[in-house]
Amino acid sequence: MISADIDTVPKTALDNTDSSAPTDFAVLANKLTRRFGNFTAVDHIDLAVKPGEIFGFLGANGAGKTTAIRMFCGLLKPSGGEAWVHGLSIKKKAEVIKRKIGYMSQKFSLYNDLTIYENLEFYGGIYGLKKSEIKERSKELLDNMGLQEYRNKLTSALPLGFKQRLALGSAMFHRPSILFLDEPTSGVDPVARRIFWEMIYELSENGTTVFVTTHYMDEAEYCDRVSIMVKGRIAAMDSPAELKKKWNGANMQEVFLKVVET
Amino acid sequence: MKRIIALARKEFLHIIRDTRTLVIVFLWPLIMLFLFGYAINFELTDLPVGILDYDHSASSRELIREATSSGFIVASEYLESRDEINSGFRKGKFKAVFVIPRGYELDLLKEPVTKVQIIIDGADGATAATVDNYLKAVMARLNLKLIEEAIGKAEPPIEARIRFLFNPQLVSANFIVPGIIALVLVMICALLTSIAIAREIETGTMEQILATPILPSQIILGKVLPYLFVAAVNAAIILLVGHLVFKVPMNGSWLALAGYCTLYLLISLGLGLMVSSISKTQQVAMMMALMATLLPTLLLSGFIFPRESMPLVLQYLSYIVPATYFVEVIRGVMLIGRNYFPFEAGIMFGMAVLLLAISARMFKVRLSDD
Repeated sequence: MISADIDTVPKTALDNTDSSAPTDFAVLANKLTRRFGNFTAVDHIDLAVKPGEIFGFLGANGAGKTTAIRMFCGLLKPSGGEAWVHGLSIKKKAEVIKRKIGYMSQKFSLYNDLTIYENLEFYGGIYGLKKSEIKERSKELLDNMGLQEYRNKLTSALPLGFKQRLALGSAMFHRPSILFLDEPTSGVDPVARRIFWEMIYELSENGTTVFVTTHYMDEAEYCDRVSIMVKGRIAAMDSPAELKKKWNGANMQEVFLKVVET
Repeated sequence: MKRIIALARKEFLHIIRDTRTLVIVFLWPLIMLFLFGYAINFELTDLPVGILDYDHSASSRELIREATSSGFIVASEYLESRDEINSGFRKGKFKAVFVIPRGYELDLLKEPVTKVQIIIDGADGATAATVDNYLKAVMARLNLKLIEEAIGKAEPPIEARIRFLFNPQLVSANFIVPGIIALVLVMICALLTSIAIAREIETGTMEQILATPILPSQIILGKVLPYLFVAAVNAAIILLVGHLVFKVPMNGSWLALAGYCTLYLLISLGLGLMVSSISKTQQVAMMMALMATLLPTLLLSGFIFPRESMPLVLQYLSYIVPATYFVEVIRGVMLIGRNYFPFEAGIMFGMAVLLLAISARMFKVRLSDD
């Protein structure tokens, strides 16, 4: 069943693989489609993300990035096609997938009226972590972020950059092997974005797959591979270096504009 | 279980941090209780009545003295002419006017029937009816007295002795406390829960929660339990204040009361879930919850206004208001001491099952796809 589908998976994704099982990919999509009434938000997309990869999902607003990511996270059912996360069908195994992934939605998702520690405690608890694990991991996270002394301060008091990093911290609090980040840095200043991406690098080095959407083209350069979505379809997909060569652009900004215009 | 606790804990923190809502939730029912218990009294005392006495005789003064002797009405104004009646009503100087015609004393002696006019301000219907009844009673007593004077000792052939059972002094609090409990439970369970869910959908945190392995049923439980707790504490406070301060009796069984409360809570939760599954924002949730709970409970359940005196359409409408049955039951348990309400309990049970089944389904659909 799978081997018939695999023809549609982009060749670049298959270069280093000798097996066609969907388990070899962190994320695998085959003609994944989502319609809202007459509007097709995601239109037959195929993609394959290797474990440990930082996969950038680029596109203008309304290109279908969020819809695609929500389907991978089991928040939305596909209207057609199929996708696997860690070899698990998003149609049949959404509840199992949810245990293995971390998700940071577009909207700021911490509670402003809770303290920093209470937020972490909540996310830990909702993933079923033990009290001791929650204590240990939040200490580690807050030490890393230099927020230890503010742990009992209300989250609303934090600057936006810190909030985003804390949101990332709580999305990976249960140590997922794949992180889906939907425009995690929108509205954050360049310095804070830089620090945020250092966190992403660190996660990737430790083996976490990072699937990130963005509309900042400088961030696209940080990704191992990038796909550019236009009107629900994937118009281009490769490493930033290859894309720049193929589309003859000096940077990803130029590549993006050229892809979108064609 | 751990997940439900984590969610419930977080929800509880929201409730505690939002001091403004908390104060309203706990103070508002108490304020209502004190307002209805003390300030608003369905009995009338010191009702101001104008007197227009054209006769100026011993008999007319006797009539006035008789009418005002009990303290229910006081002669607030002595008028000189009919022209003053309308302006007096308008200025709110009195609620009724006694007009004693010239020749009243003479007529009493000579004529078989003597006429006295009573003019009542009909703008305030409830008061007017009470004034009407009261003044009629005064006149009846006076008539009897006059008959006695004319023919000697007389006993009226029939004497009606009226006793109010279950609420002997017709104390407003007895009537109002059960109603307030009905209101508070539905308000906290339906209104606050639905707003709390709508808030998370609006701010996007619900999306984050849905991406975790927690199940929709666990979300419902985790969201609802803290509010159940708050509602229970609140209901207990009202009962306690009602019982200790306003001396509302508890003639039935506490266990039965708790059982009926649970049924009613389940209905309220169903309503709250239904509201939150069709509203996108907190504002919409609040308006819908108010329409679905607060107003019908306050106006249609018989909590304040007797259902018997409603227009027929509203009476029919009141049959679909859950509080209609609950108010009936809770008054029955507390005041009458009747513990078995198979009919009301049956209807409430049916409502609860129906509402919870529909709303849990709608809620799931709302969360999983939009």
